[in-house]
Amino acid sequence: MSIDRMSAPELLGLNRFNVDEEEPHIIIDKEICRRCAEKPCLYVCPAVLYKLDKNGEMSFDYAGCLECGTCRVMCKNKGIIKWAYPRGTFGVSFRWG
Amino acid sequence: MTRRRVGLFLTEEEKFDVIIVGAGPAGSACAYILAREGKSVLVIERGDTPGAKNVTGGRLYTYALELLDQGLHEEAALERKVIREQIMMLSGDRAITIDYHDPSFNEEGRPPMSYTILRGVFDEWLAGKAEEMGAMVACGIRVDELIERDGRIVGVVAGEDEMYADVVIAADGVNSFMAQRAGLIEDIKAETVAVGIKEVIELPAKTIEERFNLREGQGAARLILGCTEGIHGGGFLYTNKDSISLGCVFMPEEAGQKKKSVHEIFQDVKMHPSIYPLIEGGETIEYGAHLVSEAGFRGIPKKLFREGFLMVGDAAGFVINTGYSIRGIDLAIVSGIAAARAVIGAEGTAAAGPLYMEELKKIKLLPTMQAQDGFSDILETAWLYDKVPDLAADVFENLFTVTGEVPGSVKKDVMRLIRSNDLSAWQFIKLGFKGMRAL
Ligand SMILES: Cc1cc2nc3c(=O)[nH]c(=O)nc-3n(C[C@H](O)[C@H](O)[C@H](O)COP(=O)(O)OP(=O)(O)OC[C@H]3O[C@@H](n4cnc5c(N)ncnc54)[C@H](O)[C@@H]3O)c2cc1C
Ligand code: SF4
Repeated sequence: MSIDRMSAPELLGLNRFNVDEEEPHIIIDKEICRRCAEKPCLYVCPAVLYKLDKNGEMSFDYAGCLECGTCRVMCKNKGIIKWAYPRGTFGVSFRWG
Repeated sequence: MTRRRVGLFLTEEEKFDVIIVGAGPAGSACAYILAREGKSVLVIERGDTPGAKNVTGGRLYTYALELLDQGLHEEAALERKVIREQIMMLSGDRAITIDYHDPSFNEEGRPPMSYTILRGVFDEWLAGKAEEMGAMVACGIRVDELIERDGRIVGVVAGEDEMYADVVIAADGVNSFMAQRAGLIEDIKAETVAVGIKEVIELPAKTIEERFNLREGQGAARLILGCTEGIHGGGFLYTNKDSISLGCVFMPEEAGQKKKSVHEIFQDVKMHPSIYPLIEGGETIEYGAHLVSEAGFRGIPKKLFREGFLMVGDAAGFVINTGYSIRGIDLAIVSGIAAARAVIGAEGTAAAGPLYMEELKKIKLLPTMQAQDGFSDILETAWLYDKVPDLAADVFENLFTVTGEVPGSVKKDVMRLIRSNDLSAWQFIKLGFKGMRAL
């Protein structure tokens, strides 16, 4: 494979993740997100984990999270009701960083 | 090495001299000195290994390692010594590259000025050095809370475990929950940080050396302006041993307003006709992202300590961004050293904080940050990120175009180009003035 434009899921597929199935480290409240006009999370998440589904509802999957914290600092309307680092040993593990 | 999840049920009597939260460069450097001087030190890191959660550009200025211990750079897990300092400006599909090569930066008999590094590799090495000195590094543990007694920080809570120490040092990075728990900072504000995104692209060493005009072990560091669609920020490219770190940094505030995904803008940069040939034939092996503080000296929290508690590295806001270079790893190491010196020199926990502030001055960290504070004013200039690269490319286009027509006056052409880029000579004078004052 050579260099090409890659989608976020393709890029995330290269990383090593140990997903904490029991305890999500980020939780959003879709009701608050629905009322948020700007929705900056759609554009600022490097992993593109915030998306609008067919009905225009916010969908989010914490599994590919790079733990950068950008969504947290950008979320003005507090639709993100929990943002913590994953529990020890969980989440992304960068080999190169 | 003791890199396992360890259940540590310790009583207050079995306390450490120092607990450090975070095994990044700040935490490990601090642990190294403390352990070397005979203190009992526990470093707690949430990643599986030190560095597993960390993303940087990146390059490390060598003086910081030398400050830690002379000659340390010779055995350090470094990539290439930087011999080429490059600045690139992109405008549409056009590009200008400035390449500065200064042999005096890498003279025989002196440590080279800087090296490219990969944090997964470097951080693990540095934490290992701290362990060699006698520090205990416990990985895969997330610290959740601080323990407070009579207004003093006396330990930390991680899951079910409680651990005690005379001093707790927050080396937990830009998203410092520890400093928040200690009540010394509020949650970070969006306008004070940028988000960095990066691909590590594998390429044979020979290919890298050919493309960047390097010899074995030599490297290039490049900053790229005009690749962020006008958003405050820029790109970077560092040559590692057998990979290239390519990335972009964006002010998230403006990216949100632009309504274009930062991931997409970065993919455009990767495919730019002047970037692509540098990475062609390579293979992306990792995709990372991290926040970086942009506030500089003025963003340093008012207080960096409480009794029994100190903040070092990114947690204390120690990053200098001049637009042409970014320094955080060296400052992290230097502040870790300053904190260690303060803890060693202090009589009683109350004395450590004020002493730390003195050490930060003595070690030249605070004066350096203060001296470069003016860059923040220059970097606020919105048109730096699109119009300046556009104008520069227009001027070059004008200079290099030969068609057989009678050329116009260069002076008139430049004025016309300034106007056609929606700028005025006055704006340049103002920026020049700001620049003079700032520097
Ligand atoms: C895109 C980008 C490019 C950069 N380029 C450069 C460059 O080229 N040169 C340069 O000098 N600087 C650069 N920087 C800045 C530099 O990376 C940082 O300043 C530096 O990493 C700070 O080191 P630190 O030890 O303070 O924090 P970090 O390296 O962030 O380390 C913090 C550690 O604490 C751990 N941790 C956090 N919370 C907890 C917890 N609750 N419990 C246990 N462990 C915890 C983390 O896992 C991490 O290992 C760049 C930054 C970015 C984002
Ligand atoms: S922390 Fe970063 S990667 Fe994770 S969801 Fe938020 S913005 Fe995306």
